[in-house]
Amino acid sequence: MAERSFAKEVQKLRLGEGETFTGEGILAITKALLECGVGYVGGYQGAPISHLMDVLADAQDILGELGVRFEANASEAAATAMLAASVHYPIRGAVTYKGPVGVNVGSDALANLASSGVNGGALIIVGEDYGEGSSIMQERSHAFAMKSQVWLMDPRPSLPAIVKAVEQGFELSEASNSPVMLTVRIRSCHVTGTFTTRANRRPAMTVADALANPQSDFIRVVLPPMSFVQEQDKVKNRWPAALEFIRERGLNERFGPTSAPVGIVLQGGMYNGVIRALQRLGLADLYGESRIPLFVLNVTYPLVPEEFLTFCEGKDAVLVVEEGQPEFLEQAFGAMLYKAGATVALHGKDIFPMAGEYTGQVMLDAVAGFLRRCAPGYLPAQRLAPNAEQPPIPDLSRTVPIRPPGFCTGCPERPIFAALKLAQGELGKHQITGDIGCHLFACLPPFEIGGATMGYGLGPASNAAFDGGGEKRAISILGDGGFWHNGLSSSIGNMVFNKSDSLTVIVDNYYSAATGGQDVLSSRAENATKSTKHPITAALRGVGVEWVRQIDRTYDVPKMLATIREALTTDYAGPKVIVASSECMLNRQRRERPLRNQAIRDGRRVEAPRFGVDEALCTGDHACMRLSGCPSLSLKTLDDPLRDDPVAAIDQSCVGCGNCGEVADAAVLCPSFYRADVVHNPGRWERARARLSAAVIGWLQARRARARLDLTGDAA
Amino acid sequence: MNAPILPEGTPDPQLAGILKLAIMAVGGQGGGVLTNWVEAVARASGYAVQATSVAGVAQRTGATIYYLEMAPLGPKAPVFSLLPAAGDVDVLVAAEMMEAGRAILRGFVTPDRTTLIASSHRALAVSEKTVPGDGIANSGEVRAAAGVAARRQVIFDMERIAVAHRTVISASLFGALAGSGALPFPRAAFEAAIRADGRGAEASLAAFAEAFAIATTGGADAPAPAAAAPAAARGATGPRRQLAEWQALVARAAALPAPVAALAEPGLRKVVDFQDTAYGAEYLDRLGAILARDSAVQGWRLAREAAKYLANAMAYDDVIRVADQKTRPARFARIGREMGAGEAQLLHLTEFLHPRAEELVRLLPARLGARLAANPARMRQIDRLFNRGRRLRSDRVWPFLQLWLLAGLRRWRRGNLRHAEEMAHLDRWLATALGHLPADYDLAVEVIRMRRLIKGYSDTHARGQSKYDRVMDGVALVAGRDDAADWARRLREAALRDEKGETLDGALKTIRSFA
Repeated sequence: MAERSFAKEVQKLRLGEGETFTGEGILAITKALLECGVGYVGGYQGAPISHLMDVLADAQDILGELGVRFEANASEAAATAMLAASVHYPIRGAVTYKGPVGVNVGSDALANLASSGVNGGALIIVGEDYGEGSSIMQERSHAFAMKSQVWLMDPRPSLPAIVKAVEQGFELSEASNSPVMLTVRIRSCHVTGTFTTRANRRPAMTVADALANPQSDFIRVVLPPMSFVQEQDKVKNRWPAALEFIRERGLNERFGPTSAPVGIVLQGGMYNGVIRALQRLGLADLYGESRIPLFVLNVTYPLVPEEFLTFCEGKDAVLVVEEGQPEFLEQAFGAMLYKAGATVALHGKDIFPMAGEYTGQVMLDAVAGFLRRCAPGYLPAQRLAPNAEQPPIPDLSRTVPIRPPGFCTGCPERPIFAALKLAQGELGKHQITGDIGCHLFACLPPFEIGGATMGYGLGPASNAAFDGGGEKRAISILGDGGFWHNGLSSSIGNMVFNKSDSLTVIVDNYYSAATGGQDVLSSRAENATKSTKHPITAALRGVGVEWVRQIDRTYDVPKMLATIREALTTDYAGPKVIVASSECMLNRQRRERPLRNQAIRDGRRVEAPRFGVDEALCTGDHACMRLSGCPSLSLKTLDDPLRDDPVAAIDQSCVGCGNCGEVADAAVLCPSFYRADVVHNPGRWERARARLSAAVIGWLQARRARARLDLTGDAA
Repeated sequence: MNAPILPEGTPDPQLAGILKLAIMAVGGQGGGVLTNWVEAVARASGYAVQATSVAGVAQRTGATIYYLEMAPLGPKAPVFSLLPAAGDVDVLVAAEMMEAGRAILRGFVTPDRTTLIASSHRALAVSEKTVPGDGIANSGEVRAAAGVAARRQVIFDMERIAVAHRTVISASLFGALAGSGALPFPRAAFEAAIRADGRGAEASLAAFAEAFAIATTGGADAPAPAAAAPAAARGATGPRRQLAEWQALVARAAALPAPVAALAEPGLRKVVDFQDTAYGAEYLDRLGAILARDSAVQGWRLAREAAKYLANAMAYDDVIRVADQKTRPARFARIGREMGAGEAQLLHLTEFLHPRAEELVRLLPARLGARLAANPARMRQIDRLFNRGRRLRSDRVWPFLQLWLLAGLRRWRRGNLRHAEEMAHLDRWLATALGHLPADYDLAVEVIRMRRLIKGYSDTHARGQSKYDRVMDGVALVAGRDDAADWARRLREAALRDEKGETLDGALKTIRSFA
């Protein structure tokens, strides 16, 4: 079960001709796919595109009614490979993944697909994860489009424009026999808005039809000499066909006056940002009517030289707005102008920063800077010579702490890393590599475990140089998501084959949790359309791992610590794998809390655990914090003149996971933690026994109280 | 410059109609829900609206941002920006005080236009919590900056309101936003958005209403609940003879110079609560001896600090104190209250204890204990028998009785090994401090304050001791210099900066380079 349910929203996918859709970008893209008669969809989750997979998963009824096949692919490589169905058959297919990491994984299949060429429209929706909120290295998917001759669309970030781009993408793909990548940035995926819908279309040929009438043609196989023919086909036929289609159908857009001394060329995705800068400079109105000519590239690869050169005609200077690096577009435009012998001045990364997101301020500064240099007449006087003095705002850069993402309240991964930190305390610092997933947060304080991450499912593989072992064994982390994505073969198989003497800790939280809690093969949930409950340990044994330890409750820190200690000190020289399993707390709470509340209302017995701290006993040394980092375990400053340092305090958001008590025990920390279980609707026998205990305890307490001073003032 | 002369650009007057609202929150605070509500209100009120977020893994307990733009519906769809720009935000909602600080830092709060709506509570970042000393960021600085940066500010504790109504802060933030009048929509429109959401609407509406009321009446924090009465004013109960002794001690403390008495009274309360009135008398005797060497000219700073740290040193954290605190009647009532366990519920309490040979041996009479402690084989034997994590259900008779009996060892505490060790350490500490007194009053005060470094249990306690020793070594190196007290203070602050004392080692290295 995914973290977010779209069960309600997917009903919007049923909207018919001429109705108004209101909602998020992700959902709009899904609706557009159905309107285009897509025959199959798939992909692999990852922000910002995770929700597209969640929407598809929740929309399976609707997809089924239309004869559309939905596949939750094992990886982006698998997703791209699925597009093979469009190589021979005139079926439209779409897959989705995060860029550029997803493109990295998918690139093997992508290159083959692009060489073979497609018959049916093949669309790859790439969530370009760049700038604020991004969780990956800052790169561009653009390079992949260039190397494989895959066309790249980057539509304006409004719902009607994105929806239109989906349709145009399929048509472009079919017109040029090439796959098309449609990129949408983080905020475009989640932007809300409206568009006018059309009726959903059943695919002209379904995958079932294709299966009944199989086709093959060796000309499509990537083998010499066909591969040479395919390359020639790319440049002689597919490329010109794409340019022709882009120009004929007006995929790129021109806005603003036809003649002006300057102009701006921009990626479609930058449109709203450029308009906002122009609005602030008094050069565009509320509806985006610009006084500066704009050439909006909804297709950023391939570029149509004639379109660009025409736009530049009669202009003194042109500014290229291209986010990310290297500046592929600017380089291409430079070459076009040079070859055409043009004299127009080309600006871009000389004014814009080479790297980083084009934020509001960057955009405003750059557009204003461009105009100041090339056409100052456009700028309001105050922009040319700002004189209004702003009052100085106190600098808070040393006050405000950084707040990177971390483990959620009650996260079952926290105790795993607490145990690893304790193990390193005993046995010294070890060589540790991380992997992709929530567990990567362990590299941050307070745990600081893991010094490198090389890719999804590649944690153990990143330790391969150390497989030979030595004085201390190398440790790697791998998540259940990464395990099934790629880790089983690339990491575990690699360890077994190379007789690795290292330890791998598999963090199994029952989901692909970091991407939003999608099910994986080893998920414990019942899933009507997927096959789950395949134990990781069985897979490990199947590929030949002999030393396997399964821990079914990660919160048992002493056991976790003992198992890690054993793995690091045993005489066994082969690969050692600990599978640490407990359910993602975010998902567990979402599932269990409503049930628990209902049970309490129904009068059934329920124990609700929560932790607390005796503040009189807490000495304010914060040792517990350094083994936790839990959001619910915080500090409070006491109203006591004798105390200097704030003491630990646990707030009402505590879910009673147990880590605090376990860590206090395993690390021999301090006795100030306690667990309070509130028993709702206790039974009569239980109640009587509690009354009896309370009476005896009360008697003992009263006996002592009579003989001593009570200075606390709350004796009454 | 031969650029064409064009009429100067004047912004489209309609642009002023765009309302730009950014929400800065910590992942998990319900920023998404708040965004949906605001969007629903605007849409229902005839506005074109666009919302964006950066959903993803960055939201897991990290700082995150949501952004909305809206404008009255016109003939065409307006072009809105997808991200906030510095100096161009009308309403900034911050779900936590440091996130308000981050908003100011990023330039999203400017005096010409921004209404800042912020909850004054703190959700501490990991970096603030892990510092062994006090690493909590200063909210006062953010408040001061907000005063300069915001055109208007509505800042109060919205988390408290949310918790009081058993809901999430998004509801009280929404109430404050509605009450601030920063958005041109009536209250009913806001409430309708909550109702339309369904689940938990009643609790959300209650929190909304309370925050709305505060925001409309100026948006300041309600006066803090009356602080607990000062310790000395709180009454004492108990056997008559002890009560009389207590009153006499209180009178003695009250007779001290005012600045000293202010700390001697809570100090006295702490040591008597820890042991008995005789121990309280000993505390005042020791304090008196220090006072005798202090002077009014120095503002009694030495005695004042001694009143504080002497109490802390004498009321050390031993097993007996732990058991005593865990078995007090008021504790059970307090926990029940905090956990929301009423008459209809039962409360189970589990204590997490992990006594080691070190702690157990120190409960023994000093001579016997010392002999055992000096014998590693014996200690290992005791550890094998006792050293394991113990979970005691203190709401049950037998486990409670164990704790109760342990607490009863208080009567013999002054004869046990731990007490002897603590007193020896205390004497050395005071002797060192007073040794500096004739030559350097300020350094003596700083040495008294070093007691702050010793805290925690078991390993943490040992680490504190070791830091204390290292700092005292450093103090010995600088003693005699004009700036010795200043160096001592710096050493202490360095020692409180990180767990292992790396900052301290750096400071010591500096000292060794010149001392």
